[in-house]
Amino acid sequence: MLLIDCPWCGPRDEIEFVCGGESHIVRPAPEVDDAAWADYMFMRTNPKGRHAERWGHVHGCGQWFSLVRDTVTHEISAVYRFDQPRPAERD
Amino acid sequence: MSRYSFLSLLRNGLNHHRRWPQAWRSPAPKPAYDVVVIGAGGHGLATAYYLAAEHGIANVAVVDKGWLGGGNTGRNTTIVRSNYLYPESAAFYDFALRLYERLSDTLNYNIMLSQRGLITLAHSRHELEAMAAWVNAMQVNGVDAEAIGTDEIRRMAPLLDCSTSARFPVLGGALQRRAGIARHDAVAWAYARAADARGVDIIQNCEVHGLIEEAGRIVGVETARGPIRAGKVVMAVAGHSSVLAAKAGFRLPVTSYALQAMVSEPVKPMLDVVLLSPATGVYVSQSDKGELVFGGGLDLYPSYGQRGNFPTVETVIAGLIEMFPGASRLRWMRQWAGITDVVHDSSPIIDRAPKPGLYINCGWGTGGFKAIPAGGFTTAHLVARDEPHPLASAFTLKRFETGAMIDEAAAAGISH
Ligand SMILES: [Zn+2]
Repeated sequence: MLLIDCPWCGPRDEIEFVCGGESHIVRPAPEVDDAAWADYMFMRTNPKGRHAERWGHVHGCGQWFSLVRDTVTHEISAVYRFDQPRPAERD
Repeated sequence: MSRYSFLSLLRNGLNHHRRWPQAWRSPAPKPAYDVVVIGAGGHGLATAYYLAAEHGIANVAVVDKGWLGGGNTGRNTTIVRSNYLYPESAAFYDFALRLYERLSDTLNYNIMLSQRGLITLAHSRHELEAMAAWVNAMQVNGVDAEAIGTDEIRRMAPLLDCSTSARFPVLGGALQRRAGIARHDAVAWAYARAADARGVDIIQNCEVHGLIEEAGRIVGVETARGPIRAGKVVMAVAGHSSVLAAKAGFRLPVTSYALQAMVSEPVKPMLDVVLLSPATGVYVSQSDKGELVFGGGLDLYPSYGQRGNFPTVETVIAGLIEMFPGASRLRWMRQWAGITDVVHDSSPIIDRAPKPGLYINCGWGTGGFKAIPAGGFTTAHLVARDEPHPLASAFTLKRFETGAMIDEAAAAGISH
């Protein structure tokens, strides 16, 4: 069970949240070719290790935010709002 | 290869089973092969077998970071079926099931196929209507399917709660009689033994650290046991496809999720069909040993941890108890997870990679086991002839660009 530190509500159980997938995906301009659009729509980094991803506190405050989670250990190393950049990695 | 038969069983029995020959060799890797397959799971081993058996390409190595069949091939709930909605999937998965029906003979290895039938339950009027359309589509596609009523379901699965007071009342179901279960390890072992007998080298405990690239072409793999050159390289690594693709410098439309399965303690025979309930999210069968083998949906966030998270366990067990209230008295014996390669339309990718010399078999998501014979057969065809097999020609990477998805996600019921 993950304990997720919502930027608005504080630490809550993972069952209050929904994971919305990879963060920081930038939507390309509408006139790009099909390959670039497919890359935006479907291609994912899907790393084994640290992953910046969006989570929604759907059974809480309803806000969305980003966190950095290790996809093997599930350790959460950073939680940050959408208006903040991805924090620098520290080991 | 010494053939397995009633006589060999008798002879070895008289020798107290001390003289069975080993089923496959454990060779040291050669410096070069015509084809190197990464991943000794069902799909990788089947690809190697069909390369040798169908295309005469036996100078093949299958390398794996662990032991053969130790990934998703040994972690699924052993269900085989071909109850898909779209013509492309129906043709592909029914071909797989037809190969399964002959596989024990083809490979001289008992895969313990038991075509006991699979019932997908309908719990609401809307599910009943969707199911009628689905059964019709299957029949049009030439796949066996029947819509059955609650009485017949009660007769086939007497311990299933079909009462009107059930949390999810059973209003009917779709039955595929040819569906069932097969011994998952035996499928890997059967392909391994048959491929080995045709000269394929299976190299276990040999992790691939990188791909060797020359002039823009993949020409081999860097492994824990040194470099191995290859005319062609096949990746059949399921949940780790993105990791390998990153080493080759491209991305895939794949997200890796843990899919859990579990078994109860063994009990007397209580269920001789496979049941799947979209409402509870649970699928369950009883193994020959008597354990209830069951699973549910994917864990809720991307994961490479082969263990699974507890909230999903709770959901799955609660769902099982809704279906079989008596199961609440059973002890829970084992639980495990495999890392599945989920794509947006829940259909596989059998295609050339963006890098020449590299071929992809992935995207099986939660349904790779049932597809093993067809996945291996069509991947071998693609690699040997450099053109897609007609049965797999729709399962390209390009479909994510053209939009020609084969969207089984909504069709198959459970997160697949
Ligand atoms: Zn919150």
